[in-house]
Amino acid sequence: MGQAIEVDHVWKYYGDYPALRDCTLGIAEGSCCALLGRNGAGKTTLLRILAGLSHFQRGNIRLFGTAPRASETRRRTGFLGHGIGVYEDLSARENLVFFARIADVPSVSQTADGWLKRVGLDRVAAMPVRQFSRGMRQRLALARAFLHEPNVLLLDEPFTSLDDRAIAMLSQLLIESRERGATIVLSTHQLREAMAIASHVALIENGKLRYSGERTQDMLDDPTLLYRLHTELGAA
Amino acid sequence: MREKLAIALAAAGGALLVYNLYQMFLVLPDEAMQGAIYRILFFHAPAAIVGMVGYFVALTFSVLYLSSKDLRWDSLAASIVEVSLVFSLINICTGSIWARIIWGIWWTWDYRLTSALVCVLIFAGYLMLRRAIDEPTQRGRLSAALCIFGCVDVVIVWKSIEWFRNQHPGPVLSIRTGGGHMDPAMERIFWLNGLALLLIAIALVLIRTRQEATTREIDSLRRLAHAV
Amino acid sequence: MKPLYQAFSVARKDLAVEFRTKESLNAAAAFSVAILLLFSFAFDPFSDTIHELAGGLLWLTFAFAGALVFNRGFSRELPNECLDTLLASPLEPSSLLIGKAIGVFFLLLIVEVISLCVFGIFYGMRWWLHPGELALTCGLTTWGIAIVGSVFGALTVNLRLRELMLPVIIYPLLIPLLIGAIETTNTLLIEQPFTGYEWLWAKVLLVFDIVFTSLAVALAETILVN
Repeated sequence: MGQAIEVDHVWKYYGDYPALRDCTLGIAEGSCCALLGRNGAGKTTLLRILAGLSHFQRGNIRLFGTAPRASETRRRTGFLGHGIGVYEDLSARENLVFFARIADVPSVSQTADGWLKRVGLDRVAAMPVRQFSRGMRQRLALARAFLHEPNVLLLDEPFTSLDDRAIAMLSQLLIESRERGATIVLSTHQLREAMAIASHVALIENGKLRYSGERTQDMLDDPTLLYRLHTELGAA
Repeated sequence: MREKLAIALAAAGGALLVYNLYQMFLVLPDEAMQGAIYRILFFHAPAAIVGMVGYFVALTFSVLYLSSKDLRWDSLAASIVEVSLVFSLINICTGSIWARIIWGIWWTWDYRLTSALVCVLIFAGYLMLRRAIDEPTQRGRLSAALCIFGCVDVVIVWKSIEWFRNQHPGPVLSIRTGGGHMDPAMERIFWLNGLALLLIAIALVLIRTRQEATTREIDSLRRLAHAV
Repeated sequence: MKPLYQAFSVARKDLAVEFRTKESLNAAAAFSVAILLLFSFAFDPFSDTIHELAGGLLWLTFAFAGALVFNRGFSRELPNECLDTLLASPLEPSSLLIGKAIGVFFLLLIVEVISLCVFGIFYGMRWWLHPGELALTCGLTTWGIAIVGSVFGALTVNLRLRELMLPVIIYPLLIPLLIGAIETTNTLLIEQPFTGYEWLWAKVLLVFDIVFTSLAVALAETILVN
């Protein structure tokens, strides 16, 4: 399998400050890469660049051979950021119909109804999202991110503040996505969950990529191993 | 190097200004209809030209920034807008003083003055926008977009107000020789003063650009300190 | 056609939300009635000179009330990071911008219709006698306000002091549009059809709309993506 995501000597500046420095990373098609690093390391910056939400100043990035901002790339990408990305004043169904429309999904209504059933929100489909519980909103967000069956999934700390049911649902969706060959990049602080589902890991510290490679049994046994071996703060 | 150039330009502009002031007040006679106050024209019109040209030069640098993402172009654009705004205000204030002396009113809704005021408002908005954005890349991007919209709008504003105000004619200037032509001696000082103001404007732009670069450096050091 | 379909999807979504909550519609309509009422104290509503001021009165009312509408345009994308979700989706930034402008356009038209009815009652003016020209003036001017309001709503969406800055930046830019609208509307309010002079201003409105819509489409990605 080829590389789904190629990050080639990428620099991202905020003014004169480099938030990402000379990052080079290749993520194979069908793999699941966990982006690890402390707060402010540059994980979210890299994810946002891959999602086409932010430009970079130097280097090159390709997702399936096209630039992140290309509409073809965004059609094949699913992004789940810190926010749930749904409208409070619309119903669950209206939200999914809208996102299905702009994602150019073939049968909009059918897809929306199918996903509502899948995430257990079919009985509250007509209810405005503002009346949903937190768990219900999270499940709707998952439906929104996955409904166009993206080839690349970019997830920014997806397990943070999810309840048990949503975590189980997300894990299941990720497994199914991998089975159909999707490539997953997720940033997380939760090392155990990351090591359990990831096939590859990448560690970022102060904007630099300190390590990237396959997830090993050692990492599974001791999730903090990477930090201790490859970061300056860990070494200290 | 840039500092030496700024000093040299400021000195040259200052010296030329002194020479022009000497010519204006001690050599040139008063104007037949306006008297002594006509001398304000030597600042009023050149300031307008420097200001207006400055906005369009800033437009060029804004476009350059958007295509190259080099923050030096953004610094130049912002510095030029700031200095142009100062000269536009000089234009408006001197126009106001002239109107008070000649017509007894502080303001006339002449299309040129009105358009100049609109330009000042648009580019004052540009500076307000820059102050509201901390992150340099975002600041450069958004203020470049506003500069482009602003400059395009300036052209439409100018013509619109001219057509609008031509329905409501205002007083007409008279110069000694009549027929709208300026006396050659006066015209010489007019252009020399324009040159003096331009040299001073460029010196100010160079100083401001250096300040912008320093601000960016401080900002990136602050970010580095927070990251560590 | 796809970008236009996407734009209409965005507009449809915005209008659905707005008709459900009616937040900005109610506020804008109430505000415009309040302004028309205030103006009645500044000028004698039934004097002869009111016809010279009526066009300006109306369009200033629409412009100020419009701020309440276009202010909400992009700010409603901020909760739950919906703006990021839209930008990461296949939706083109230009379609997002045009879609927002279409939504603002229709909402503003509703406010204008309500205001015109109130205006006719308060000021005794028969504004409906030349409906074609009135529709043209309202259509062109309202689109100009909508596109400029949406562009700068997008530009300022993530900034502090957004609500303070937006009117300060937008109103000077709208001056040519408002002059054209005022000149044409003044003629309609003295119950006269357009002459060559008003058609010239109508062309100014059209040129403004074309130029700013083109600029908006060209700079949409620059404005929306950091």
